Amino acid sequence: MEDVKKLEEFQAKIDAEIKIEPKDWMPEDYRKHLQRQISQHAHSEVIGMQPEGNWISRAPSLRAKVVLLAKIQDEAGHGQYLYAAAETLGKSRDEYIEELQTEKAKYSSIFNYPTLSWADMGAVGWLVDGAAIVNQVSLQRTSYGPYSRAMVRICKEESFHQRQGYEIIAHMAQGTPEQKEMAQDALNRFWWPSLMMFGPHDSDSPNMGNGVKWKIKRETNDELRQKFIDKTVQQAEVIGLTIPDPDLKWNEEKGHYDFGEIDWDEFWNVVKGNGPCNKQRLQHHIKAHEDGKWVREAANAYAQKQKNKQLVA
Amino acid sequence: MTKEEALFNYCLRLGDSSLILGQRMSEWCSNGPIIEEDIALTNIALDLIGQARTMLTYAGQLEGKGRTEDDFAYKRNEREFYNTLLSERPNGHFGDTTIRNFLHSAYYYHLFKVLSNSKDEMIAAHSVKSLKEVTYHLRHSAEWVVRLGDGTEESHQKVQKSFNDLWEYTGDLFEMNKVDELLIKEGIAVDLNDVKKEWLKTINEVLDRATLSKPEDAYMHSGRLNAIHSEYLGHLLAEMQFLPRAYPDAKW
Amino acid sequence: MNNTDNQGDVWEVFVQSKPGLPHKHAGSVHATDKEMALQNARDMYTRRNEGTCIWVVPLDAIVSSMPEDSGSFFEPSDDKIYRHPTHYVMPEGAKHI
Repeated sequence: MEDVKKLEEFQAKIDAEIKIEPKDWMPEDYRKHLQRQISQHAHSEVIGMQPEGNWISRAPSLRAKVVLLAKIQDEAGHGQYLYAAAETLGKSRDEYIEELQTEKAKYSSIFNYPTLSWADMGAVGWLVDGAAIVNQVSLQRTSYGPYSRAMVRICKEESFHQRQGYEIIAHMAQGTPEQKEMAQDALNRFWWPSLMMFGPHDSDSPNMGNGVKWKIKRETNDELRQKFIDKTVQQAEVIGLTIPDPDLKWNEEKGHYDFGEIDWDEFWNVVKGNGPCNKQRLQHHIKAHEDGKWVREAANAYAQKQKNKQLVA
Repeated sequence: MTKEEALFNYCLRLGDSSLILGQRMSEWCSNGPIIEEDIALTNIALDLIGQARTMLTYAGQLEGKGRTEDDFAYKRNEREFYNTLLSERPNGHFGDTTIRNFLHSAYYYHLFKVLSNSKDEMIAAHSVKSLKEVTYHLRHSAEWVVRLGDGTEESHQKVQKSFNDLWEYTGDLFEMNKVDELLIKEGIAVDLNDVKKEWLKTINEVLDRATLSKPEDAYMHSGRLNAIHSEYLGHLLAEMQFLPRAYPDAKW
Repeated sequence: MNNTDNQGDVWEVFVQSKPGLPHKHAGSVHATDKEMALQNARDMYTRRNEGTCIWVVPLDAIVSSMPEDSGSFFEPSDDKIYRHPTHYVMPEGAKHI
C-alpha cells in the first residue's frame, strides 16, 4: 500500500517536471533503468576514446593534433561526469567498470567500427558526435537531476566537437582527389552505423515504455533519428559528398526526409559482439585497467600511510 | 655563427623537446590508470605541444625561409631534431613515464625560470608562459613520484628502477656548446650549470620525500646538441609524420 | 569494492569562477588523497578558464538534509511573507526606498 502511494507521488512529480534527486524515493525499476542507461552512456564515452585515439599520434598538423587531443580528453571527462551521475544511484565506479569488462554492460556499437583514414576523424566528429548531440540535447531534460546536470555540462562542452569533425571532412572533400576519395569513403562507412546509434525502431525497442513514462528518455529512437537525418543531409550537400542511400528523398508532405531501411542484422551482430573491433576495444580497456592496478594500489597504500601518520601525531 | 643562427638552433632545441615529449604524453590517451589521470596526462601533452608550436613558429621567423611549425614538425629527419634524449624515451609503464616527466619538468621549471629574464623578448615571453605550465607539470609528477616511491613495496621497486634506468639520459639536458656560449654572452641563454644545481636540489628533495635513492652518477649519454638520438626517435617520427610524407601535395 | 585496488574516494568539487562570486558545485572526482583530489578537480573542471579557486570536500564529510526533512525544514518559511520587501506598502511618491 505504502509503495502504491509513493509510486503515485513519484509519478506526479515526474509529470510536474520536478527533477528526481539521489536521496528521493524512486521505484527500483527507475533506479535500475537509470543505472543501466547512464553507465552505458559513460562506457560509450570512455570506449569512444579509442577509435579517435587511434589517430592522435598521426594527426597531420600540430593544430589538428591539439584539437583532436582536446576533443578526446573531453570524452574522458564526459565519461567521468556520467560515472559520477551513475554513482549517485548506489553503485560504485568500480562496479560499473567491472560490468563493462565482464560484458554485463554494453556501450554504443558505433565504437566497434575501425577508423581507417584521417577522414574518419572527420566522419566521427561530424556524424557520430552529431548523432550523439541530438540525443544528448534531448537528455538535458531527463527527469533524474544528476543525469540532467551532467548532460547540460556535456552539451556545452561538446559544441566544438561536431564542428571540428565537419571542418576536417569539409577540408578533405575539397582537397586532392585522394583526399576527396577518403572523405567519401569515410561517409560511406560511417553513415549507416551512425543511424543505428539511435537504436532499434520504436516498435522493436524493449526498454522504451517506462523510459518515456518516467521521462528518462524525452524523445523516441525514431524521432531522434529523423532529426539527425534532416539536419545532416544539407551539410553533406554543401561539401559535395553523397550520402550512401539511394532511397534518401525529401518528403514535402511530412516535412522530413524519407530514407532506406537500416540493416538490422548488422546492428544486432555488432551488439552481440561480432563487430570488427568489439574484442579489441574491450581488451584495450582491460589492459589499461590491469596495467594501472599497481598504481592504484600504490596511491591507496600511500594515502593509508599518511592517515596513520596523522593518527600518531 | 651569427646570433640569429644560434638563436634559431636554440629555438629548435626548446621546440623539439616539447614536441617529442608532448607526442609521447599523447600516447597515454585512453591508457591511464584512472580516468582522472588520463585527463591530467592529456593536459600535459596539450601544454607541451602548444609550447612546441610557439617555438617552432619563432624558429621559422628567425630563419626567414617561410618554414612553418608543421614544416619543422613533419618534414625533418632524425638528424635534424635537437630534442633532449630524455624526451624521446618510450613511455614504458606509468612509473617510467612519471619519472621521465618529473626529471624533464624539473629541468624545464628551472630553465624557464631563468629564461624568463632573457634579453630576447620572444624567448622571455615564451618562458613566462611555459613556466606556469611546467610548474604544474612538476607539481603533478612530483606528487606521483612520492606516491609511487612511498606506496607499496612493488611500486617502490618499480620507480626506483625507472629512476636508475633514466638517470643516464639526464647529463644530456645540461650540455652546452658554442650556441650557448654565444647566446649567454648576449644575455639570451643561460648557463645550464646553474640550472643543474637548482634541478638537483629539486630532485633530491622529492627523492627524499619519496623514500627513493639517487642513482650513482655513472656514464651519461649525450646527443641533443648534435642531433644524435636513440633509435626510438625514428619510429616516433615515422608515425607522427606519416600523412604529410605520404601525401606531400595535400593540405589538411 | 576491492580494498587495495579501487578508484579512490569521491570528492565533491566546488569552483569559484571569478573573485567575488561564491564557490559553486561543479561535480566530483575520484582521488586517494587531498592533493590528488585538488589536481584532479583542476584538470577536470577548469579546462576552459572556469576557475579562480577550487574547493574539494570528501563526500562523506558533507551532511545533507533528507527529503523527509523538507516539510519541517522549508515549509515553515512559506507564510513569513513579511521577510520580503514587497510585503510593505510605501506611500505614493516616496523615492529611493
